[in-house]
Amino acid sequence: MKKISRRSFLKTTLAAAGAVGASGLALPASVQGADPKELATLIDIRKCVGCEACVDACKEVNASKFPEPEKPFPKMYPSRVRAADWSEKRDVQDRLTPYTWLFIQSATVTINGEEQTLTIPRRCMHCQNPPCADLCPWGAARKLENGITRIDADICMGGNKCKVVCPWKIPERQTGVGLYLDLLPSLAGNGVMFKCDRCYNRIEKGEPPACIEECPEDVQTIGPRDEIVKRAYAVAKEIGGYVYGETENGGTNTLYVSPVPFETLNKAIEKGPGRPHFKAVEDSMAHADNLAKAMIIAPVAGAVAAVGRFYKAAKSVSETDGKGE
Amino acid sequence: MQEDFFPERLIKRFYLFILFLMSITGFGQMPIFKRYYIADIPGLAWLANFYFTHYVHYIGAILLFAIFGYCIVGYLLVGRQRFRLTGSAYIRIVLLTAIAGTGIFRVLKNLPDIVFSPGFTMFVDISHLIFMMIFLLVTAVFLVMKTGWLTLRQ
Ligand code: SF4
Ligand code: SF4
Ligand code: SF4
Repeated sequence: MKKISRRSFLKTTLAAAGAVGASGLALPASVQGADPKELATLIDIRKCVGCEACVDACKEVNASKFPEPEKPFPKMYPSRVRAADWSEKRDVQDRLTPYTWLFIQSATVTINGEEQTLTIPRRCMHCQNPPCADLCPWGAARKLENGITRIDADICMGGNKCKVVCPWKIPERQTGVGLYLDLLPSLAGNGVMFKCDRCYNRIEKGEPPACIEECPEDVQTIGPRDEIVKRAYAVAKEIGGYVYGETENGGTNTLYVSPVPFETLNKAIEKGPGRPHFKAVEDSMAHADNLAKAMIIAPVAGAVAAVGRFYKAAKSVSETDGKGE
Repeated sequence: MQEDFFPERLIKRFYLFILFLMSITGFGQMPIFKRYYIADIPGLAWLANFYFTHYVHYIGAILLFAIFGYCIVGYLLVGRQRFRLTGSAYIRIVLLTAIAGTGIFRVLKNLPDIVFSPGFTMFVDISHLIFMMIFLLVTAVFLVMKTGWLTLRQ
């Protein structure tokens, strides 16, 4: 397989994506087919040595985006509403938190009869049709044309809905920050949800995400999704491996290649809060896509039913009118 | 006997039921039913299931669009011979159009191949809710005033 130089690959694709990002803000020209310009990343699990340079890089470049909560938190009602506070535990690095948008999961598996521990960078998958963004009531979580799903910390109310609907339960809440403080802090909202934003501000400038740039093993590659999918299958073919993310949740902009089946990986990793699984995931928004089609037919069906019901009556009315009753 | 076929009582009841369903499943898109114990009431746990309420909201929209199609055509064919729209009907039509319009954009947003700009996404999401709240308020006022959609032509 022809090896694409990471630098040149990045420069051209990111420059293109940056230009799109800047010009894509106008309305309604912003209504675009998402696919052609979407950037995806490929994570080659085989190559990762678990050094956590990516985790540190993420924390460093995104430090200014991290929450600085005001304390004490406003009291919230009813009492079942719990504050989520990670501000004293910023160093927790073995799971996702509002201050750790990327962590390394490990899985001890047997490859060719030999026991091996694989290390796997985990973060938001950047779904192609993200339920977190589709179902956000405020438009705080949204998908960008370049395939990034981002939660705007200035608008998010911290209601946790994005996490509930996310198949991997990625976003993490921090109480005591955000818009809800200026509205009705005791009655609505509970902070802001945080997750990987795929370094959207760096991509806008044509720079690669920090975790990709700092990885000494070139574990991740970023590029147009179709090329990344091809590349994922090329690697999988080369190593007799498996691909995750091409179809999960209807397709994600993060693809993984693994030397062992993802079922095996899923069994071997530690799962739970802040630690996403590797299960097969059906398209969460498929129901909406199907019903959307029915929505086009509905008014026509109603109109046809009305014609059937009233046509005769309409005729007789116009006839009597014609007689000048 | 024309009052019998327009307006139709059954359609009206159905319309009111769908509106009610749309309101609760719409409000259910905000994470409030669980917080405020409403989903704890036996039989109402589904209100806290975002995917389910979303699904029902879509089905409600389909039925509502069918009712709109039925009533518009029915009115044009027959109803307008004897009845005319009241002032409050025009206000309702404007608001329903705004709700349906922003709703359609929300549906489009949820399709896999369509991406709106962040500002437009927010506008659509929030205005859909605001139009609905105005509509509910206005409907309550009309209910008290007892003004319906149609009135007999003189
Ligand atoms: S920097 Fe690269 S090798 Fe190190 S943990 Fe992250 S992905 Fe793995
Ligand atoms: S993985 Fe979860 S948080 Fe990330 S885009 Fe998909 S639904 Fe949203
Ligand atoms: S893309 Fe950026 S925000 Fe996301 S994990 Fe990597 S460094 Fe962190």
